[in-house]
Amino acid sequence: MNDADSLPVSDGQPVSKGRPIVEVRGLVNRFGAQVVHDGLDMNVYPGEIFGIIGGSGAGKSVLLRTVLGLRTPQVGSVEIEGVDITARTDEELTVIKRSYGVTFQQGALFTSLTVAENVELPLAEYRQLPEDVLRELALQKIRLVGLHDSAASKYPAELSGGMVKRAALARALVLDPKLLFLDEPTSGLDPISASAFDDLLLYLQKSLNLTVVMITHDLDSIFRTCNRVGVIVDRRMVSGTLNEMLAEQHPWIREYFHGPRAELARGAMKHDVSAATAPR
Amino acid sequence: MLIELDRREGKPVYRLLGAWRAASVRELDEAVTTVRIDGPGPALLDASGLESIDLTGAHFVERLSERLRAAGVDPGWEGSPPESVAFERATLSADQAKEEAEPAAQRSVLAVLGMWTVDSVAATRNALAFLGSLTVAFLRGLRVPRHLRIPSVVRHVSESGLQAVPIVALIAFLISVIVAYIGAQELQQFGGQVFVVDLVALSVLRELGVLLTAIIVAGRSGSAYAAEIGVMQLNEEVDALGAMGVNAVEVLVLPRVIGLVIALPLLTVIADAMGLAGGAVLSWLVLGIPFNQFAIRTQEALATTTFWAGLLKAPVFAALIALVGTYRGLQVHGSSRELGRRTTQAVVESIFLVLLADAIFAVVYWQIDF
Repeated sequence: MNDADSLPVSDGQPVSKGRPIVEVRGLVNRFGAQVVHDGLDMNVYPGEIFGIIGGSGAGKSVLLRTVLGLRTPQVGSVEIEGVDITARTDEELTVIKRSYGVTFQQGALFTSLTVAENVELPLAEYRQLPEDVLRELALQKIRLVGLHDSAASKYPAELSGGMVKRAALARALVLDPKLLFLDEPTSGLDPISASAFDDLLLYLQKSLNLTVVMITHDLDSIFRTCNRVGVIVDRRMVSGTLNEMLAEQHPWIREYFHGPRAELARGAMKHDVSAATAPR
Repeated sequence: MLIELDRREGKPVYRLLGAWRAASVRELDEAVTTVRIDGPGPALLDASGLESIDLTGAHFVERLSERLRAAGVDPGWEGSPPESVAFERATLSADQAKEEAEPAAQRSVLAVLGMWTVDSVAATRNALAFLGSLTVAFLRGLRVPRHLRIPSVVRHVSESGLQAVPIVALIAFLISVIVAYIGAQELQQFGGQVFVVDLVALSVLRELGVLLTAIIVAGRSGSAYAAEIGVMQLNEEVDALGAMGVNAVEVLVLPRVIGLVIALPLLTVIADAMGLAGGAVLSWLVLGIPFNQFAIRTQEALATTTFWAGLLKAPVFAALIALVGTYRGLQVHGSSRELGRRTTQAVVESIFLVLLADAIFAVVYWQIDF
């Protein structure tokens, strides 16, 4: 019954130190002569929302694919809850892969399945369950992400962009993971939907005590939700709280956090520091 | 052991034990559906023995409560319920968001018939519109050659024609060997071996060469057309073309149709040649007819029109295959399943149409004594 003993506070401070839930050490990823990561380190602590930032081609997606175990790095280790996933067999990886949820940039919903069938899929693959139990558990997660029950029987092609992102999140959450990876969850959404998605994320993080790692370019989203951010520059990662990042001297990071868009997003946050409310 | 039934102060107490998590979802389902119910009357749920519980676990707590209530038991909590149970009840339970899906409307036979008619009429109209826009694009291409997209046509002649040469040649050769072999067996019985040459030459040039080529190309290129254009539809590439003011029919359909109309007759000539070669080889091996005699006999057996009777069909078959493939490709919308369905449809329909057209050709040739 210790699900709620370290509720995070989204005030730009690290939630807790102690043992990281995701720990990347000395990562090297190369494609031929092109070096994407060269000795990259990353720590994500339980209960925080960690944002991964970097220019186009900086290797954010490669980093995510490596952490997910979809790609084996040339050098380095990736530990999830203390288990090094780079040195595991396929069967062991399968077990680890079920302990986290992922959403992909385009949602990656299976177009031939309804939303409910999409959400049921990880559960149905995992365990044999009666039809009605599957459907009820899927509906629970569909409601959790703020979708209406009527969306359950729709096909992905019939959903709006925001609904696709939510449905993908429901599928990622169906096995009740403690760790969630999101690849650009608010890209392509209108500001209202994006802001609603931020609310949803904060709400889920607080109520389920999730740890979230997300790649994002959305400055509003970063200032709103992230406890800490990691910036990929010069093939390594510089990470810290938002305040630390604002004081960072690296030219790319300065440009990023002090550019006109960042100033606007930061200004907006000063007026709206209210905590997240339940989405719907 | 996830649920334990106890009695405390005369009341049944259901003690929840262990980890109620998604990982043990099956055990949870079993425990909740098989738990012995001690009732009716008031009862208590006790979560003090729980190690951990997540939202999946909370769902099964709700299921347990429902089961108890259905049996006339009134469950209450010993102490406070776990946080996730309270969360599930407050924000996620069914009655929070339940909206019955509208019942599938009962349709009468008449309504079904009517919808089928409307669909068929719409399908015919769409097909006509497709043919119309293709004709317009072709006529414009004749006036302004730039619109014929010659480089694209060349690409399709190469992909649908040149690259199909090995398989077409091989199959034509093998089929005519089979025809010649069966013919030889039958004709030998009354000493008419030499008529094997007539059989092979006639059947290959009039029917088999062009028909086999068309069926191979329908499977190879008809499916490729549907799949290529279908994926472009899914990626909104076709819409992008439209938004640029580029005519999608002109860019995607016309070069494929023209390309195949050029390629299929050429392939047919190759198939004819390979078919005759197959017949010649078998006649020599099995019947001992030398090649030069085979050639002479072939010339005697054939009318001058026989070769053209076969070849004339090729452009028609080509147009049918290319039209069906591209049309079905353009119809893809929404999902990957749809893509597979339309591609299958393209292949099946183009083969059917090729055979139908061949039957019509046979009747017409017979009537005009060609």
